[in-house]
Amino acid sequence: MDASTENVSVVKQQEILKTKKLVRNKKIVSISLFIAPAFLIYLLYVVYPIFATLGYSFYQWDGTTEKTFVGLGNYAQLFKDAVFWTALKNNAWVVATSVFVQIPLGLIMALMLFAPIRGLRLLNSIYFLPFLMSTVAVGMLWVLMFDPMNGIVNVLINVFGFENVAWLSDEKTAMFAVLLVIVWQFAPFYMILFKAALVGISEELYEAAQIDGANAWQKFQNITIPLLMPTIVSSSILAIVGSLKAFDIFYIMTGGGPNGATELMGTYMFKQAFINFNMGYASAIAFIMFFIALIVTIVIQVLEHRRKQKGGYA
Amino acid sequence: MVAAKKIPIYLIALLLLVFTGYPFVYMLSTSLKTQSGFFEEPFSLFNSFDFSNYMSVFEMGIGHYFKNSLVLSVSAVLIVMLVAAMASYPLSRMKFKMNRPLFLLFISGMMLPIHATLIPVFKLSQSMGIYDTLWALLGPYIAFSLPISVFILTQFMQEIPKELEEAAKIDGCSDFGIFWRVILPVLTPALMTVFIYNFIHLWNEFIFALVLISSPENRTIPLGLQDFYGEFSVNIPGLMAALTLFSLPILVAYFFSQEKVVKGLSGGSVKG
Repeated sequence: MDASTENVSVVKQQEILKTKKLVRNKKIVSISLFIAPAFLIYLLYVVYPIFATLGYSFYQWDGTTEKTFVGLGNYAQLFKDAVFWTALKNNAWVVATSVFVQIPLGLIMALMLFAPIRGLRLLNSIYFLPFLMSTVAVGMLWVLMFDPMNGIVNVLINVFGFENVAWLSDEKTAMFAVLLVIVWQFAPFYMILFKAALVGISEELYEAAQIDGANAWQKFQNITIPLLMPTIVSSSILAIVGSLKAFDIFYIMTGGGPNGATELMGTYMFKQAFINFNMGYASAIAFIMFFIALIVTIVIQVLEHRRKQKGGYA
Repeated sequence: MVAAKKIPIYLIALLLLVFTGYPFVYMLSTSLKTQSGFFEEPFSLFNSFDFSNYMSVFEMGIGHYFKNSLVLSVSAVLIVMLVAAMASYPLSRMKFKMNRPLFLLFISGMMLPIHATLIPVFKLSQSMGIYDTLWALLGPYIAFSLPISVFILTQFMQEIPKELEEAAKIDGCSDFGIFWRVILPVLTPALMTVFIYNFIHLWNEFIFALVLISSPENRTIPLGLQDFYGEFSVNIPGLMAALTLFSLPILVAYFFSQEKVVKGLSGGSVKG
């Protein structure tokens, strides 16, 4: 009697375990099926290529004939390559411009959308326009505006008494000119982010400050800026990461020239890979680009984590 | 007194308006000039309305660029919407060991420089025999749209109440049934954001197209623009007409559904 009930309960327990396992297996299968399509595409076109790039970077290779293993030779050559250092420096300029010009300008544009003036709807529509155009179109349009003979930019500086400048073919001005275009194209993006954050700030805070006798600047400094801090931080992350990838606008406007003055890691990598067919060397550049992006991401994550632990943005 | 205080604000607003808007006015106005008219008065605005530049752009043939870009962007985005929504479902609503690592793997793609994948993707398309076809672009376009899409969709899915799912489960719905009949319909606004964001980015995508396409008949709009740049090198009004025509679809879409486009382009980070 006892033994049989025990047996029954053991069987039951086993059955329960079995069904539990079955349910678990079923769950794993269904989770895998949900994720598999995206995962496989991602694996093939994103994850595998990064490792392949690392692999290629140890070879001398023209892309078609046999590869020759050179170990860290490409990297050694890269660190002695003056063009690469110029490119790195130029990338740093793009980062700095994005963070210190684009973002503040985006904030000013967003503030204008809340200014007590007429025509806000117009500002709202027009300010955003540059961000809609494809970078290729933006580049071509501005090449014509920077034209030494018929460009509007020179007409404008003539008004202020300056001589014509060959903006894009002068080593001293080319970088500045392209950076201006980047600001033009991307400031509207940050404007939108700031606009969304500004909508979220309660009017009551400003009213309370008004009662305490704060002036406009004090209100801006003590209410607006602290409350916008999360947006400023996330915008900076986007700006830094985006700047490391910069390519299109430089490729169209200057192609890295004149004389390498606007060369970026991206344009240099492209040239080495698809014009000179130094696929191994180009892979080394590409992997350095990946590595820098990775380090920047990790540093930002660590800083974010620490700041959150300290409690807040203020 | 009050009015005088506003003058600097108006000035800044106007300055920014000219800075952002003038290039578009210049583009449109120049596209309507004849070449000699342009050289005589390069900066006068809307003093001539000559459509011959547009005719010559049409004569050079722009149909295939638009067709390629449209077919490619729409199919890539539709696939992205489906596979990203599928992946986001367990990632946002189920507990399992690999959840967090998988999620991070997907969204870390947002930080990735495309250059780091360029050569292997180029070789891959050659060895698959799809180099210089639109198929070569489909894979990378889907893959590089996944990170932001998964990011937007998981955020949105987390906010769907559990009760909806549980009710369906009691009615005997399978996991896929729940996803298809319960989750997807609620997800429409987020899917709209995903669609707009990715569509505009793919419509404008340049570097993969530059590397993976060589034949003129397979070129997308950004590559087409480059062709016109070569053709029209001295004909600036002609080039402006091409620029205007090629930018038109997005500009028109923007003026018809401004809020949606803005929200879409800011990647869902704009709420409300």
